[in-house]
Amino acid sequence: MTDVRPKAVRRLGDVVFANLAFFAGVSILATLATVAAFLFAQSVPAFTGPEIAAAEDGFLAYVFPFVFGTVYASVIALIIATPLAIGIALYISHFANRRFAQILGYAVDLLAAIPSVVYGLWGILVLAPFLNPTFMWLNENLGWIPFFSGQVSATGRTMLTVGIVLAIMVLPIMAALIREVFLQTPTLHEEAALALGATRWEMIKMAVLPFGRPGIISAAMLGLGRSLGETMAVAMVLSPAAVINFAVLTSTNSNTIAANIALQFPEAGGNYSNLLIATGLVLFGITMVVNMIARWIISRRAEFSGAN
Amino acid sequence: MSTQLSPSFQGTKDLPKWVSPALLTAFFLGSFTLQVALASQDEQSELNLIPVAVFGLIGFAFALYALSRAVEGRRKATDRLVTILVTTAFSLALIPLLSLAYTVVQKGAARFDAEFFTFSMRNIVGEGGGALHAIIGTLEITGLATLISVPIGIMAAIYIVEYGRGKIVRLVTFFVDVMTGVPSIVAGLFAYALFVIFFGPGVRMGLGGAIALSVLMIPVVIRATEEMLKIVPNELREAAYALGVPKWLTVIKVVLPTALAGIATGVMIAIARVIGETAPLLIIAGFTSSMNYNPFDERMMTLPVFVYTSYANQGVDMQAYVDRAWAGALTLMLIVMLLNLVARLISKYFSPKG
Repeated sequence: MTDVRPKAVRRLGDVVFANLAFFAGVSILATLATVAAFLFAQSVPAFTGPEIAAAEDGFLAYVFPFVFGTVYASVIALIIATPLAIGIALYISHFANRRFAQILGYAVDLLAAIPSVVYGLWGILVLAPFLNPTFMWLNENLGWIPFFSGQVSATGRTMLTVGIVLAIMVLPIMAALIREVFLQTPTLHEEAALALGATRWEMIKMAVLPFGRPGIISAAMLGLGRSLGETMAVAMVLSPAAVINFAVLTSTNSNTIAANIALQFPEAGGNYSNLLIATGLVLFGITMVVNMIARWIISRRAEFSGAN
Repeated sequence: MSTQLSPSFQGTKDLPKWVSPALLTAFFLGSFTLQVALASQDEQSELNLIPVAVFGLIGFAFALYALSRAVEGRRKATDRLVTILVTTAFSLALIPLLSLAYTVVQKGAARFDAEFFTFSMRNIVGEGGGALHAIIGTLEITGLATLISVPIGIMAAIYIVEYGRGKIVRLVTFFVDVMTGVPSIVAGLFAYALFVIFFGPGVRMGLGGAIALSVLMIPVVIRATEEMLKIVPNELREAAYALGVPKWLTVIKVVLPTALAGIATGVMIAIARVIGETAPLLIIAGFTSSMNYNPFDERMMTLPVFVYTSYANQGVDMQAYVDRAWAGALTLMLIVMLLNLVARLISKYFSPKG
C-alpha cells in the first residue's frame, strides 16, 4: 500500500509569518537577557573606575542598607496587605451579592490604575499628616515595643507610612488574583459543606481556603515583587538615610534601592551613575527571584496572571 | 396544623434582622460622642476620626458576638464575627480610593485651567505656566512605546497560541509572566545602559523613555492578546483550513479579526498602565521646562515627571508649584480613567456575542 496523502505545501507566506511569530516570542527571552547583560556591563565601571565618595567602604557596604530598606518596606506592606486582600477577595467572591460584587471588583481594580506618582503625592500631602497623631499615640503608649520606639517623626514621612502606601498599591493585584482562585473553588465542595449544616464561615474554612492556599501564597509573592520595585511613592514619601533602622516611626529610615536610584540618578555624574546601575542590578536580581518563585507556584495550578 | 419545632432545633433561633445595623449605628455614635467629650476636655487636642472608627468597630464586633453567642450559639456567632472582619477589610480598601479621588479633584481644580493646557514652564518662576510640554512629551513617548510594543506583543502572542510547541513556548510563557514583574526603574536603567553605548554617558532622550516603557508594556499586551486568541473557537480555524486557506492567512483574516475587540481592550489597558510610569522617564527622558517635539534628541518632559518635579523642586512661591503638581495629577488620572473607560466600552460593544 502506498501513502496517498498529498504532501503539505510549504508556502512562502507561512514560513515568513511563522518565523516572525517565533522571533517575536523568543525576543521576550532575549529582552530579559539583554536587560541583565547591559545592566551588568554598565555596572563594571563602578568597580574598576576611581573611588566614589558615596561608597568609600565598598559596594556591599553601600548597597546593604538599601537592600534592607527595600525588603523591610515590602515586608511591612505585605503584612498589612495580605489579610486585607484575603478579606476583599472573600467579600467579593462569597459575601456581596453578585451584581454589586462586579461593581465592587471594578472599584478595587481602579486602585491599580492610579499612577504611582499620584500615590506619592497623596501619601505625603494627605496620608502622612493624617497618620501622624496616631504615630504619636503609638510611640507614647506602645513605645516599649522596639518597632515603635525612638524619636517620632514630626512629618509622618516614616517607614510605616511607606508600608501603608505600598500596601494600598499592591492590594488590588493581590485581591484580584486571590478572588480568581476563590471563585474557582469547586461548587460541589461548597454545597456539600453547606448541606452538612456548615455556616458560611465554616464552609469557607473547609472548602474555599484549603483550595485557595497556593493562590494566596503566590499572590503574596507577586505583591512582594511589586512593592520591592516600587519607586516614586517611596522616593516622595520616605525621609531617607543610609542607615539600618528597625524603628518604623522615626525620620531616619533606610531608603529603598529603587527610591535611592530615582533620587540620585538625575544628578549623578561619572561612575556614580554606574554605581547606581549596579544597585539596580541587585534589585533586578531580587525581584526576578521573587517573581520566578511566585510564577512557578502559579504555573503549577492554572490560568492566573497579574497581567490580566 | 402548625409544626412544632423539636427540641434539637433550639439554639438555632436567629437574631432579628435589625439588630446588627442598630448595634453598628449605636456604637459609632457612642464612640463619636466619647471622642467629642474627650476632645472638649483637652483644649489642644483635635477631634481624631481614627479612634472613633476603631473603638466603634471593636465595640460593635464584641457586642454582636456576645449577643449572637447567647441567642444563636457559638458557631453562628463566629460566622457573624468573620462577616464583620471581611466587610471591614473591604471598606478599608475603599477609603484610600475615595480619599485619593476626592483630594486629586479638589486640589487639582485650582490650576485646571486653560493656561495649564496652553503654556509650558519656560521662563516661569512662581505662578502661572502650564504642562503643555509635559502633555506633548507623554503623548509622543507613550505613542512610540505603543508602536513598538503592539506588533511585538501581538506576534509573540500569536507564536504562543498558534505556533508554539514543546519546551520553548513554555519557557516563553513563563518569562512573559516574570517580565510583568520587572521593576519600572530597572526598565529605565536598561534603556539608559542601552543608549549610553551609542550616545555616551549622561544621555537623555524621549526615545529611550519609549524603549523603557515598551519593556513594561510588551508582557501586558502579550497576556491580553493570548487570552483573546485562546477563546477564538477552533471551528473557525478548521473551517478556514478546510477551504484551503493557508495558516498565516487564517491567523490574519480569521483569528485576529475575531479577537480584535479583546486585543484593543488589552492594548488600551496596557497604555493606561504605562502612561503613569514616572521612574523610567525620570532616568532616561529627564526633565526640562521647555517644549521639545523631537523624541530623538535632548530631554523631554512627561506628565508624571512633571508632577514629581513640580513637587520635588518647589521654587519660591511654593503653593504655585504644589498646585501645578495636583493639576498634573488630575490630568493624569483623567487620562488613565478615560483609557480604562474606552477599553471597557470597546469590549462591551465590539466583542463577538456568543
